[in-house]
Amino acid sequence: MQSRSTNVQKGRIISRRLFMLAAAKILFLAGITSRLYNLQISDREKYEVLADKNRIREWKTPPQRGLITDFYNKILADNDRVFQVHLSLDEIQEFDKTLFRLRNIINLSNNEIRKIYKTKAKLKPWDTLVASDNLNWSQFSKLNLYLHELEGVKPVVSSSRYYPYGSSLVHVVGYVGEASIKDIERMDAIKENLVPGLKVGKSGIEYSNEKNLIGKYGIKRYEVNSSGKRISQLEHIKESKGTEIKLTVDLEVQKFAQNLLKGKAGSICAMDIYTGQIIAMASSPTYDPNKFTHGIGHKDWEEIRDNPLKPLVNKSIAGLYSPGSTLKPLVALAALEFGTIDPEKTIKCKGHKNPYELYGVKYHCWKKQGHGFMKLRNAIKQSCDIYFYEMARILGVDKLSIIAKRYGLGSNILKNVYFDEKKGVVPNTEWKKNALGKSWYLGETVINGIGQGYIQTTPLQLCLMTAQIANGGYKIKPHILFDKNISFENAKLEITNQLKNNSLLNNHILEDREFQLYEKLYNRPENIDFVKDAMFGSTNEQYGTSFKSRFDDLKYQFAGKTGTSQVKRITDEERELDLKQSQIEYKNRDHALYVAFAPYKEPRYSISVLVEHGGSGSKAAAPLASKLIKKIIDRHKLREQTRKANITLA
Amino acid sequence: MLTERLNTSKYTFFDKLLALDFFLIFIVILIGGISVFAIHSTEGGEFSYYTKNHLIRLVSFFAMFLFLSFVKINFWYRNAYLFYFICLFSLLIVLFFGVTANNSTRWINLYFLNLQPSELMKIAIIVCFARYYHRMQSSDIQSYRFLLIPIILLVLPCYLVITQPDLGTSILIAGSGIVVIWIAGLNIKYFIYSSLLLLVSFPFIVSILKPYQKARILTFFNPDRDPLGAGYQIIQSKIAIGSGGFFGKGYLKGTQSYLEFLPEKHTDFIFTLFSEEFGFLGSITLMLLYILLISRVISIGFSVRSFFAKLYCFGFASAIFLYVFVNIAMVVGLLPIVGAPLPIMSYGGSSMLSIMLGLSIAMSCKIYSQDQISHY
Repeated sequence: MQSRSTNVQKGRIISRRLFMLAAAKILFLAGITSRLYNLQISDREKYEVLADKNRIREWKTPPQRGLITDFYNKILADNDRVFQVHLSLDEIQEFDKTLFRLRNIINLSNNEIRKIYKTKAKLKPWDTLVASDNLNWSQFSKLNLYLHELEGVKPVVSSSRYYPYGSSLVHVVGYVGEASIKDIERMDAIKENLVPGLKVGKSGIEYSNEKNLIGKYGIKRYEVNSSGKRISQLEHIKESKGTEIKLTVDLEVQKFAQNLLKGKAGSICAMDIYTGQIIAMASSPTYDPNKFTHGIGHKDWEEIRDNPLKPLVNKSIAGLYSPGSTLKPLVALAALEFGTIDPEKTIKCKGHKNPYELYGVKYHCWKKQGHGFMKLRNAIKQSCDIYFYEMARILGVDKLSIIAKRYGLGSNILKNVYFDEKKGVVPNTEWKKNALGKSWYLGETVINGIGQGYIQTTPLQLCLMTAQIANGGYKIKPHILFDKNISFENAKLEITNQLKNNSLLNNHILEDREFQLYEKLYNRPENIDFVKDAMFGSTNEQYGTSFKSRFDDLKYQFAGKTGTSQVKRITDEERELDLKQSQIEYKNRDHALYVAFAPYKEPRYSISVLVEHGGSGSKAAAPLASKLIKKIIDRHKLREQTRKANITLA
Repeated sequence: MLTERLNTSKYTFFDKLLALDFFLIFIVILIGGISVFAIHSTEGGEFSYYTKNHLIRLVSFFAMFLFLSFVKINFWYRNAYLFYFICLFSLLIVLFFGVTANNSTRWINLYFLNLQPSELMKIAIIVCFARYYHRMQSSDIQSYRFLLIPIILLVLPCYLVITQPDLGTSILIAGSGIVVIWIAGLNIKYFIYSSLLLLVSFPFIVSILKPYQKARILTFFNPDRDPLGAGYQIIQSKIAIGSGGFFGKGYLKGTQSYLEFLPEKHTDFIFTLFSEEFGFLGSITLMLLYILLISRVISIGFSVRSFFAKLYCFGFASAIFLYVFVNIAMVVGLLPIVGAPLPIMSYGGSSMLSIMLGLSIAMSCKIYSQDQISHY
């Protein structure tokens, strides 16, 4: 038995220890309370945000792409209803099984299955996978029938780009395809709008105007659980459509032009010579942009890519060609402007037996038997090379380049609308020194005079050159995106004002410099008139190179200039053989060119036609031009009406 | 003294009934009721598996608590060591024949219940130590000879539990035992020395921990180290509690638990769920209930005559505090996640069993408060 006193002592110790413990407990409790206070009262907002971040997940819905229309508001790039299958990865329990069943229902190919697995590897577990983005109606309805046994598989009616006129406008409008990493890096608007299966512009206007066309994504906000399964929809902000883009192109003319080039490689451009509106810009061969929308097949792609006629190249702006004789009106104009030629000067073209000679090198005219005695007008009309050799020699390449540049050669015309547009080359002595590190030879000037040698132009540049001669020598701004601030009336007014103030602005006119819109490009208007008249002769007078393609009806009457540009130096033996174009290998045949403006009396349009390896300009290009001009003029009235209606609407 | 002992045996059943601590019972019912609602909320407001089970366990173990309250305190005194060894033996059984779940072997399959002996050990160690120190003189307590035995008695179960592995319960067992030793009056210097030793050997202890345990401790110091892995639980728990605010999101409206962001919401994180739905106010109220429960057990400790009962009540009260504190500190991010249930609130039969058993012993102390323990 313990003594009472030790028991009392023990009891005291126990009580004391308990109190010490209680003190410690109070400290701990205070710690916990202050922690709870911190979490629930001080930092409440922070944790509320975090909790919302946990439970709310957003899904972007794809933006609606803006439409692209032609001058008459005909839709060139539409949004079509498409049937798609989306797989909500978070709702699918057994992916392989689901896909196997889906495959049997909508007949997916092995290739497509492989693609689906590849895409899936890149997605997050709660993302949506677009298993097929273009089902036909029977597949879609069959899918809906079996839907109850396919959890996480969603049939979706979505919109996708559709080009109703397909291959007729692919080089103008461009095409869309699935956004690549490069696209995402290119533009913030794409990054921002990125959703699985987003289609973005890959070429043409679709590409350059992406920012306007893309629109704005929508948001579907869902409450989700920790495994990402959607519990309820909280909010839906609808996606919005991109800006509609109107072009200056006339669909009918474009289709017509494209048709003219069928089976050939080449380009056709047509332009309003006052407003600079591009009415048609065809390039051949072409391809169907709709094939790209849902991912082009390997075979189709190879067919396009490996076609030797290069359908992917927009020949109107990215094809570089020697202008050949189509440059002659400009060479003549330069010589007249600088006063280095008297149009009455006579030169004899003696044919191949007696060619033009310079420092022992022989330069031949295209005409074997020679043109005989030529004055300037006749030389343009009949396209006599000898006359232009001599004229170019006297003029010099530097002076020619000043005039060539001012009329639109050697620079980008449409600026940023087409990323693949080429500048071409307008050579001069300085250019050669910089580009090739060599000095200029006079012989090069001579062949430059007939549009051969270093000079490289695009068909659209030739069209612009012709337009700026046809309108009397005034600077215009070619454009393909409709601009309501540029009007025919305004252009006319500006030009008339220039004419009135003619005498005042003659200083420094022949310098190499920039020009304002509608500023006159000429020194003496008579020179322009002379060239236009010579071009008239070329088309409408006997012996003119495009006489056969003329219209006698004043309504359609046009003035033009043929061009046949050599792609290969003609050797002496070949000249002896004097082969027909059809006997030469395709890739060595001449390019056929033609530039023209119409109607002659009161010109409104200029055109350029190029047929790659088509042979002579007069035989291959001029007839096409003639048909095209008729089509354009037939539609002129309608265009005027539409234009005026647009003005009143605005 | 003999007469006093005889006095008890003269108690009528009615006397004993009146001697029950009704306030304690009331608090237990209150916490029990809250727990049912909390578990109900974990199931999104459906009365299904967990709620049903929890309610059945609560009711049956509560009945057991009332029933066992009438067991004489002498019984517990006499069988204290037996109780301890049964539990130790069960732990050995677990070691060899235990039921495994979630990579740890903690349970014995009793068909109607998967018993977790480590939970019972939490009570057994207190009973055992209370008996050990019951008769010991204050002077003897300080001697190494008498210190060695409790240390062995403590290390054995702790080691067995840690190998299951179950760090949390092991810590709670150790804590419960140490608390009794402390109350019994072991010189403070021993506690200071051993805590210094613990501090020094901390790196060594860490090195022998299992990788997941190490990860938990590292995560405790920096939860963002692995936010989707080891840090996930604590981050989500803090978000849930924090977003609850002062008044909470409302019953059945805790998005963190309803949308399943909260892990183990039935068991270790039940406080988080409660706190999310009932906010700061609810949390403080619940903690207050626990404080009342603890203080009630302590007050029983003051009213009893025997040291066994006193040591038991004070030890058990401190142990409850330890359970509650460790659990809440864990879910608010003040302690590493070690796996410790919240008494009564957490879903789990063994934990409920052990707490009710512990309470019934305390209640027995109250009923037989005037009993002197005879020396056998």
